[in-house]
Amino acid sequence: MSGPMISLKNIQFHYDPGKTILNDLSLSVEKGSITAILGPNGTGKTTLLHTILGLLAPQSGEIWVAGKSIRAYKRSELSQVIALVPQSEVVPFNFTVIEYVLLGRTPQLGFLDMPSAADVDLVRGTLKLLEVNHLEHRAVTELSGGEQQMVVLARALVQEPQVLLLDEPTSHLDLSNKGRLLKILQTLAQQGVTIVFSTHDPDAAAMIADHVILLKAGAVLDAGLIFQVLTSAKLTETYGTEVKVVSIDGRLVTLLINGRFNEKEKVS
Amino acid sequence: MAQRLVWLLRLPRIITAALLGATLAVCGTVLQMIFRNPIVEPGFLGVSQGAAFGAAVAILWLGGGRLTVELSASLFALLGLAGSFILARTIKFGGWVLRLILSGIVVSALFSSGLGVLKYLADPLTQLQEITFWLLGGLWSVTWKDLLYVAPVVMIGLLVVYLMRWRLNVLALGQDTAFSLGAETNRERLVLLIAAVSATAVLTALSGIVGWIGLIVPQITRQLFGPSGQFAVPGSMLIGAIFGVVCDNLARTLLAGEIPLGILTSLIGALLFVVIINRSRIKLR
Repeated sequence: MSGPMISLKNIQFHYDPGKTILNDLSLSVEKGSITAILGPNGTGKTTLLHTILGLLAPQSGEIWVAGKSIRAYKRSELSQVIALVPQSEVVPFNFTVIEYVLLGRTPQLGFLDMPSAADVDLVRGTLKLLEVNHLEHRAVTELSGGEQQMVVLARALVQEPQVLLLDEPTSHLDLSNKGRLLKILQTLAQQGVTIVFSTHDPDAAAMIADHVILLKAGAVLDAGLIFQVLTSAKLTETYGTEVKVVSIDGRLVTLLINGRFNEKEKVS
Repeated sequence: MAQRLVWLLRLPRIITAALLGATLAVCGTVLQMIFRNPIVEPGFLGVSQGAAFGAAVAILWLGGGRLTVELSASLFALLGLAGSFILARTIKFGGWVLRLILSGIVVSALFSSGLGVLKYLADPLTQLQEITFWLLGGLWSVTWKDLLYVAPVVMIGLLVVYLMRWRLNVLALGQDTAFSLGAETNRERLVLLIAAVSATAVLTALSGIVGWIGLIVPQITRQLFGPSGQFAVPGSMLIGAIFGVVCDNLARTLLAGEIPLGILTSLIGALLFVVIINRSRIKLR
């Protein structure tokens, strides 16, 4: 692994001056690594991803991507470097899967260009890689949550990004689809793509992440290698509820201690 | 003689009808994709009511000459658009699309009330009839000169939309996705809106209010060619042009006297809309 792919220094962000969302936040992400952002609801995970994407401009601080300040990038240039899989994508009208995924080629096209046959081939190849090629002519709006997530991922992948940002990518997925998606992310990282994803699921982080960033109230509570950060004490502090982290076959698993009501506590 | 009739009267009218249909349809497609809403049409954003108000002003106070009415209607249609934009910037809540639609409703209502005042002030025997007739819409007296006045704006507007038809797809996705795909979302939306609405404004000034084409043709086009702007933009131009020419011909020939085009497009458009919403999968989100 070489120098940092993403680096944030002293980021300050707010929508309203009185309500700081990101507070003096600094972090760095290595090329080809997988980083998970964990933290309670409303702590600024999506805001952080949107800041790295350039969609939200911080009031102060510096963001560097691939060795260059994001303010030095043209919009179209930056979209060739970073792709986003948003938390939910509402696709309007009846775009078919292939029409929708082709839109991911936009950053690679000239401003007024149309996609070529080579772009269509690339899209078909990506759909096949993600095992959703049979959905090619289906309307995106008619797909199941798991299928739709794979299609959105395909749209981001055909951008051929160096950095892939994912906002809670596993939140609508069943166990099998979750496993499949995480495996794909792991393969992408092995190919050199830098992956940053936010999640409410510490187990998803434990499955594939090299690094974990714990956010609380817009600031980094802790950040580092997964085995150093994903501990009972730190997760308990982050979420404000008792969490136990155990190791099973060398992998970390989190348990929510007060997560199971006993008979007396059940609401009748 | 017959040749001269076709050349002087029929041909400019047919071309204008085709351009009017194509422009209204393509403007509807642009608005529906930018606003991600299949039931938006060019009447939004204060354009139609602005044009109507402008025409009434010209009829009442500026002598009512044909060119004056057209210029005044174009000017107020564009003022309607500008007013909607400026007002949208001052609203403090909601996303850009919601603010723009709300502003369009407010600006339309203001022009509409202004038009009511002008109708009240108008001479009922001459001016009021003229205003009413203009509002009904029609192409009965279009000449080559009229067409040449509006053609540059219309052709440039259509060309811009045609060239940006792939960008339209990107803008139809959510704000964060469109941004991540490299779109300068606000700037590109503005260029497309100005191109489509300016073309509509100058043609509306020529034809009066011709409704429903901008709502119904994009729906038909999406069913035939799919939603991608790559095909929906040229498709709506083609179908809009055909729709415009057919409606104008029917308006001219159906009865002994000419039926105002606006009445006919509303009648056919509303009937088609009922068929489409009952058969298609229009989804309102």
